[in-house]
Amino acid sequence: MEAELREIRDHLSQHPPFDKLLDELLDDVVGNIEITYFKADSIILERGQPIHALSYIRSGAVETYHYNGELYNRLEEGDIFGQFGLLRQGKVRFPVKAIEDTLLYLIPKTIFDRLCDNDSFADFVELSGSRLKSTVDESLRENDLMTTRVRKLISRLPLMVEITVSIQEAARLMTENVVSSVLLIEPADEEDSDGVFRGDEGGLWRLKGMVTDEDLRSQVVAAGVKTDRPVGQLSDGRLITIQSDESVNEAMLTMLRNHIQRLPVLHRRRPVGVLHLSDIVRYETNSSLYLASNIFSRNSVRDLSRLIPEIRAAFIRLVEAGSNAKMIGDAMSSIGRSLMRRLIELAEDELGPAPIPYCFMVHGSLARHEQSVITDQDNALVLHDSFDPQHHDEYFKMLAKKVSDGLDACGYEYCKGGIMATNEQWRQPLAQWRRYFDEWIADPDPQRLLHSCIFFDLDAVYGEEYLVENLQDMIATKARYNPRFLGAMARNASNRRPPLGFFRTFVMETDGRQHKVINIKGRGLAPITDVIRVHALAVGSKAQNSAERLRDIEHANILPVGQVDKLQYALEFIALVRMRHQAFELRNDQAIDNAIEPENIDTAERHNLKEAFQVVNNAQNFLPYRYPYSA
Amino acid sequence: MFKKRSQQSVIDEWQRYQAQQAKACTNPTLQRFYQMPLMDPEVPLSEVSFVALDFETTGLDPRENEIVSFGLVPFTLRSIRPSDGYYQVVKPKCILSEESIAFHRITHSQVASAPPLERVLDELLGRLSGCIVVVHYQHIERPFLDLACRKLWGEHCLFPLIDTMAIEARWERRGWKHQLKEALGLQPVSIRLDNSRQRYGLPTYSAHHAKVDAMATAELFLAQVARHYSPTTAIGQLWE
Repeated sequence: MEAELREIRDHLSQHPPFDKLLDELLDDVVGNIEITYFKADSIILERGQPIHALSYIRSGAVETYHYNGELYNRLEEGDIFGQFGLLRQGKVRFPVKAIEDTLLYLIPKTIFDRLCDNDSFADFVELSGSRLKSTVDESLRENDLMTTRVRKLISRLPLMVEITVSIQEAARLMTENVVSSVLLIEPADEEDSDGVFRGDEGGLWRLKGMVTDEDLRSQVVAAGVKTDRPVGQLSDGRLITIQSDESVNEAMLTMLRNHIQRLPVLHRRRPVGVLHLSDIVRYETNSSLYLASNIFSRNSVRDLSRLIPEIRAAFIRLVEAGSNAKMIGDAMSSIGRSLMRRLIELAEDELGPAPIPYCFMVHGSLARHEQSVITDQDNALVLHDSFDPQHHDEYFKMLAKKVSDGLDACGYEYCKGGIMATNEQWRQPLAQWRRYFDEWIADPDPQRLLHSCIFFDLDAVYGEEYLVENLQDMIATKARYNPRFLGAMARNASNRRPPLGFFRTFVMETDGRQHKVINIKGRGLAPITDVIRVHALAVGSKAQNSAERLRDIEHANILPVGQVDKLQYALEFIALVRMRHQAFELRNDQAIDNAIEPENIDTAERHNLKEAFQVVNNAQNFLPYRYPYSA
Repeated sequence: MFKKRSQQSVIDEWQRYQAQQAKACTNPTLQRFYQMPLMDPEVPLSEVSFVALDFETTGLDPRENEIVSFGLVPFTLRSIRPSDGYYQVVKPKCILSEESIAFHRITHSQVASAPPLERVLDELLGRLSGCIVVVHYQHIERPFLDLACRKLWGEHCLFPLIDTMAIEARWERRGWKHQLKEALGLQPVSIRLDNSRQRYGLPTYSAHHAKVDAMATAELFLAQVARHYSPTTAIGQLWE
């Protein structure tokens, strides 16, 4: 494949649905592409005109319109359009206009039809162009080693040198390029003979072997070989390789079968990278559950706090293994709850058994099983109604303090809003808690609810769970019959809007460092969680987890068809972007925050994020109609 | 003061030159090339077959330097067809310097196995025949090709072509802003291929390669036509 086609291929292979195509099919697409250009404001496709090709936006941006002239979608680099027309009678369905100078790749219908035989491609095209859904579905499958292609794990082109180069020069180049292996090549003249490929520049080369760090140690240093000798003598000419569209699983088996740790990856015959066994290990989902069991064997707060690095590493592994946000949230919540339980056990050991039954309750993300890596603690104590402050409160005050301090030592900061059992207000018998909720529901005041809405995510962590279940039941029965309460909650849920002001420009907050950033928690995750909570309360759901709440909402049939799915995907994606961001910061020893810099997000993700924010925005717009608020 | 000659005189001159070459050339390749009549200068751009052409050379002076590779990509105003393009590495007479090897990423062994220019010139001219050639910076492709033909066959090979750099200069380096910049001795706006492309929202390509540059030139020309001209513009208006 020649250089200019490779430019095209490289771009296509980064964007769905082309990123999932077999190499051969992708080459077929590339070999048939035509390029065309439209200046800003010119019409690209008119409604009803015959359509013969799928359009792929290489650069620029376009808008598509509904029948009635209303904006249907805005598309940018890496997006496709024209699929609906191609699938339905070959006529343009949604007219398209360039809103920026736009360079398009045209994929002829014959090729498009062939691509549609491919399930993942057809799915993508059929899904009304919703990248978001397919991306989320994808990440559910993504950590499957059987289906992930080797090329996905390749991050850089291989270093290649001619066999005549000296050992020292090869070692120098390896050092300069920070790689642990180099491929050896020699000029070739016959294209069709074994191992011969065409290089970037058009020349013919034969792949002769590979030299690794270990080879330099064992075959050069240990053997006392002079480093001015040609590097070619270090290779016996035998080389095991793998095709770039093979599965990761196959690559792993090949390595194990041959007792090797590195595998040159070829596209056809051209080397495109070198896969290391550690790339696979890193890719694999590492169980984080062992951590939870490890927690219960720790006997002091200090021992527990030593687990912080392991907890963070587990989080990074989960994120990098391509787990979905729900899985990660579940795992991190299990760890958080285990930690809390152990802290309570340790405190009880010290203070002796509690004088009356009680339950430690958590709120917010931990209650919803949606915890990320860093979070503050939101907890409270529900005490048995036999509670007598004079006799019992000293004990629970101590208990709360020990747990709270312990959590802080383990990286769960004190709650800035004071929602902790150390606060007397939130260390009360069940009857008092019932009065709290009764007041919030019966006499809703949006201002007051703003501070208490966090209590409407609640779950038991330790102790007599029936105390918390009692509250959950009460909320589920009362909230749904109180339209004023729902209206007030809905109003609060629309307070924070997603930062989607203008096309291609996120509305941004300026953080302390003067970078343009989006607060992904405040402007994305919290609003969508709030929206879901309102609906859940309205249908009397007792679930706390947003995904489970959505299931209850779906059963109750209160939302337009498809809306629950959209919320689900948007939630998953926003949560995932936040987790990826935090994993990145952790890995780079940066302070962890929720501030996303849009330019640091790749184009594909930006699309999804934009789509997700749109979903949240639409869902918020819907709330006042469904739950009108009257003061 | 020097007055720019009119486009009509450019057209007239090319028509005269074509007629003269068609009669005079004795080399069979050039004979075939010139017997194809020159395109009517009134033909609208929308009906023209173009071919974008790019040479990689060992330097800028055709008398001192040689062609190392060339790439061409056919296109029309409707679309560019990169996979119908053509790319060829050429073996120069002199030895390639280390710098130019590093620059073009073409290696000794590759050049050693490549055919000399005379073996591929026929193929090249055959592919240009009947098309309007589009280049970025005419002072490479035109003199190198012409001199190659003169050295080999003793005959000239010149033809009207479109220069996207000249178009860029025409539109970007005019008007009061440019004059002000010039008066102040400021750097004029760059009309190099990549800088020009950026002004039309075209992507940056990574490779320095004759065929990638040919494709990039074709894209730039489509963008220039979309912005400054129209599909009905007569082809002769853009001849250099």
